[in-house]
Amino acid sequence: MSEQGRNGAAAYVPQPGDFEFLTGRDIATDKNFSSLSYWKGVAIHFFKDKKAVTGLVIILAIMLLSIFGPMMNSYGYRDIVSFRNENNRKVVAKGIAPRIPAVHELFTGEKYDDDFADLTFFFGTDDLGRDLWTRTWYGARVSLIIAFVTIFIDMLIGMSYGLISGYFGGLTDQVMQRFVEIANSVPRLVIVSVLAIFMPKGMGLVIVALLLTEWIGMSKIARAEMLKTKEQEYVLASRTLGARNGHIIFSQILPNTIGPIITQVMFSIPIAIFTEAFLSFVGVGIALPQCSVGTLIEDGFNNITTLPYQILPPIIVLALLMLGFNFIGDGLREALAPKLEDM
Amino acid sequence: MTKYVLKRIGTALLTLLIITFLLFLLVRIMPGNPFPSERMSADMIANKRAEMGLDDPIPVQFFNYLRKLLLEGDFGNGTSLYYGVPINSVLATCMSNSFRIGGMAILIGTALGLLLGITAALNRGKFLDGFCTVLSIIGVCVPSYVFLIFLQYYFSFRIPFFPYFFDAKRFLFSSVIPSLSLSLFTLSTIARFTRNEMVEVMDSDYVHLAEAKGLHGGSLVRRHVLRNALIPIVTVLAPLIVDLLTGALVVEKIYGINGIGKLMVDAITGEGIDYNYVLALGILYSALYIGIMLLVDILYGVLDPRIRVQGKAGDA
Repeated sequence: MSEQGRNGAAAYVPQPGDFEFLTGRDIATDKNFSSLSYWKGVAIHFFKDKKAVTGLVIILAIMLLSIFGPMMNSYGYRDIVSFRNENNRKVVAKGIAPRIPAVHELFTGEKYDDDFADLTFFFGTDDLGRDLWTRTWYGARVSLIIAFVTIFIDMLIGMSYGLISGYFGGLTDQVMQRFVEIANSVPRLVIVSVLAIFMPKGMGLVIVALLLTEWIGMSKIARAEMLKTKEQEYVLASRTLGARNGHIIFSQILPNTIGPIITQVMFSIPIAIFTEAFLSFVGVGIALPQCSVGTLIEDGFNNITTLPYQILPPIIVLALLMLGFNFIGDGLREALAPKLEDM
Repeated sequence: MTKYVLKRIGTALLTLLIITFLLFLLVRIMPGNPFPSERMSADMIANKRAEMGLDDPIPVQFFNYLRKLLLEGDFGNGTSLYYGVPINSVLATCMSNSFRIGGMAILIGTALGLLLGITAALNRGKFLDGFCTVLSIIGVCVPSYVFLIFLQYYFSFRIPFFPYFFDAKRFLFSSVIPSLSLSLFTLSTIARFTRNEMVEVMDSDYVHLAEAKGLHGGSLVRRHVLRNALIPIVTVLAPLIVDLLTGALVVEKIYGINGIGKLMVDAITGEGIDYNYVLALGILYSALYIGIMLLVDILYGVLDPRIRVQGKAGDA
């Protein structure tokens, strides 16, 4: 019985060459069930999420187009497309519908029979004769830059504020939180309207308005995270070893709380883009001849009865930006704090 | 509970007072001369300043302003817009317009959103569910004024059925387009939330228990699922109402509605509006915002006893 297996086959007898001893570092690593680093796990979870990947692709595509889109034709964002026709009269390409001559010829078999026969305008031109393809991507670039810069600064402010408030606790926390409570109770529009009296219209107004409002959400999240982590042993160990408060807050705790803050950033960027679009639409944001998504929508709205197609590209870009960032935010939130059932 | 409510109301009032003071301070230290006319002599200006109380210390001015505001509901007079007309009579008209349209939008949005969310949750994974998801994504991603522009273009311009601009004489008819476009954001958010909450509740143990005991259909959904799914929806509704107040700005401006949103846009763009209006609007908006937040906090405590207990524990 001892020499034979259950179904009659010979039992396995280990031979000298079958196994080998592990030496050195290999002993410590389990290759079959290798441990994942935290961020690697987050990345795997994130890229499994179809919605999150869709969002990422949308945002990357829009970013690439906003960098390279304006270079794809020879028109600048403020250039009025005009030239002299065969009768030597100056023709301005005002209010031209989207057209690609090759595609038109392919489907109808004939060429356009006007002055702009061989010109390509993917999105058409506006009422002054500026190419909308260039302007749309240039506007997207401006909107994205404003959103990224302001939200980044907001992140720095809010994160520091929240971390400091949570770390020190006590009276410091009380005072700082009362301030946040009051700041949070002022509607954003009231801040904007008061700012509009003090400041000239333009990009500065948009940036300051966003800086004054968006840090509050970040600070709340940073504080909550700090309260969660500050009682952990590594903080105590660090303090026992004599680390300064600044070192503990920014070098020890910050890296462990950055996840939720990044998620919040992803949700704040669309808010920034939305606010910028709103302010520019109303007319206190980006000034001409610069353009942003908001001013483009405003232009489109002003000409909607005569050039109805003009409003579509900026609206679609705005919607896609909102969609993309919200998807990424959702995906990140789930990837950073996976529920048990998802694992 | 009473203690909790009183404490919340106290904090809210104090916050509002501080905000009012800050706004007042900002408006008073604003650069500029209230009497730019060169024909006025120095004496006349001095008299006028004394008459309007502009030489008093700012705390005294603030106290007077507050006393007038609280006792007589008087925001002072406008000087540039609607020249000489008391601000509160202008505000009253504007608020009634805004609130009626906003209220309609909330009603439409909540009713349709609940309906859509419940239907989607009951038909999970089917066509309606997907439809609900797509609709809620669109509603969240596209600003309400864009919907308004489209509705206005198609149903007032191409097919001239609805009026192109708001007409106070035909209030109900001409507020269809603005309230519809405002309601879409509410609708989509409520629908998505209701769906997610209901799906979560339907997977919970007590619903399985109720099913195992033989309960099904309408009574199960009404009595067990909806009641618990609706609580979190109340909390989303509050920011939505606030958003509606703020989101209505451009809608009112575009559709020519004489509302507080339009006044606010005028204040932001600085078109024919003066500091008194900015101050009045700032106080009004802050009061609305704080009031709604307070209401939701209290309502939430009433709906979900657990929060009340936590609130008490927090008090101690």
